[in-house]
Amino acid sequence: MMQKETDVAVIGGGPAGLAAAIEANKGGCSVTIIERDDGLGGILQQCIHPGFGLHEFKEELAGPEYAQRYIDMLGETKVDVMLGTMVLDMTPKKEILAINEQGVVKVQAKAIVLAMGCRERTRGAIKIPGYRPTGVYTAGTAQRFVNIEGFMPGTRYVILGSGDIGMIMARRLTWEGAKVEAVVEIMSYPSGLIRNKVQCLDDFGIPLYLSHTVVRVHGKDRVTGITIARVDENWKMVPGTEIFFSCDTLLLSVGLIPENEVSRKAGIRLARTNGPEVNQFLQTNVEGVFACGNVLQVHDLVDNVAIEAKRAGAMAAMYATGIRLPSINSPDAVPLVAGRGIGYVLPIKVNTGVDLALASRIGPVNVSLRVKRPVDDVYVRVKNGAKEVYKKFFKHLRPSEMVIFELSAAALNAIDKAQPIEAYLEPKPAKELSEAKVA
Amino acid sequence: MKQKDVICVVCPNSCAITVKQMPDGKLLMEGQGCKRGEQYASDEFLAPKRTLATTVRIKGAFIPLLPVRSSVPVPKERLNDILDLLARIEVQAPFKCGSVVVQNVLGLGADIIATRTLGVDTCAKVACELR
Repeated sequence: MMQKETDVAVIGGGPAGLAAAIEANKGGCSVTIIERDDGLGGILQQCIHPGFGLHEFKEELAGPEYAQRYIDMLGETKVDVMLGTMVLDMTPKKEILAINEQGVVKVQAKAIVLAMGCRERTRGAIKIPGYRPTGVYTAGTAQRFVNIEGFMPGTRYVILGSGDIGMIMARRLTWEGAKVEAVVEIMSYPSGLIRNKVQCLDDFGIPLYLSHTVVRVHGKDRVTGITIARVDENWKMVPGTEIFFSCDTLLLSVGLIPENEVSRKAGIRLARTNGPEVNQFLQTNVEGVFACGNVLQVHDLVDNVAIEAKRAGAMAAMYATGIRLPSINSPDAVPLVAGRGIGYVLPIKVNTGVDLALASRIGPVNVSLRVKRPVDDVYVRVKNGAKEVYKKFFKHLRPSEMVIFELSAAALNAIDKAQPIEAYLEPKPAKELSEAKVA
Repeated sequence: MKQKDVICVVCPNSCAITVKQMPDGKLLMEGQGCKRGEQYASDEFLAPKRTLATTVRIKGAFIPLLPVRSSVPVPKERLNDILDLLARIEVQAPFKCGSVVVQNVLGLGADIIATRTLGVDTCAKVACELR
């Protein structure tokens, strides 16, 4: 068995893994990326549409271009990359068991960064009735076929789910000569960005059916058609509202699940988001194991992945060089909970009473959250008992966009450990709104 | 009188803007929230543009497709012409990210550039040598 020692092991060579590895290397550590695919860049390599890196590089890059910038940066470091290598197991002692063409590999690390990303929810996860004919694909699989491998999965499509991947695939397939009959969304609003609805659906006259879902897949060997129907507010089908589409392919763009099988094996606790529970140091309940990118939370923008991953890489490097970071298991770690209107909030816990020298080195705490449904004219507020920790007004908030803000060291010092910290939405009073209009 | 409804994508406000063209050519707008939105709606009315991203065939790399995009946005109504042109193109590996696949495509002032670096597939090469 091949054996290897490294200061920091990064599992996954996508955007999060690349950024974390570069940052950990800057921190003076030997770093190893373990990637199961034959190349680096992860999902970015199949996202050939533009729109990446607007914040970080002030340019609208295609996914592979964005990845290339990081691959080039990595090339200037001594980071070791193991491609075609699949991690099978990981222990709390940071021993990683992986497999590749040479056989079994054991990697002993001082710190680990989890950057495995996520995978798509499949037909099984959403329980569509009917036969199991050929022609039902997840949108990301179809994207890989069309953009990398050079196959078209079908000729006439219905797409379930108005997430960004689904809408972008509608445009891509149309450009490749296919006919997209409809995009179907169970929610009453598009779940992706408005920009994508306008440029990927409206531009091509592709209808978007809101508050509708697929109720039947027709065909035995190959999909021959799809029946959709309207749903009520409880997502129950409204009889008599069925619409039939003749088509040969159904694409599913119905959400992503962080890929945490290996994390679980190491005894890492997962949160309601299916990502690891972390504190503000992005450290899991297993000391020295950090998480970032889509394995922690499904991100809206790759720029935000990079920011989070750099932090995780820096933290892992500190840990590997002997600096102990406060644990999420400590009694000083105060829960940060999602209150009214908030879907989830991270970190799960915030350590208080952090040594001042350490706190100044690490900087402010980054909080990220998503709202449950679209809202206008609200305050995002964070409170600890009666104390206000954060308050900001937002004209529009959408579940498709993350809200990211910082909590200052001063605000953290004043936290009462006996009470949780709560993030919630508060509608702006009508009076204030009308006054603002007059002004 | 020509009229068009535009949903602004400049920011998340997503203003619904109605653009009307007067007989003298002047544009009348309703619903725009800011100057940038006004510019966007005017562009969408007079000459909508899009960045095109697609693939061309590549020989000798470990995958059969090279992702490409237009270096700057191109007129929306010419997208299909560019796609038709690119469907007939095949390039040879190696190809570097950022290098030009088609210069000044259809005279529209945009280059088609590669968005990925694809080297010569060493596995394929070794397989050839073994044979």
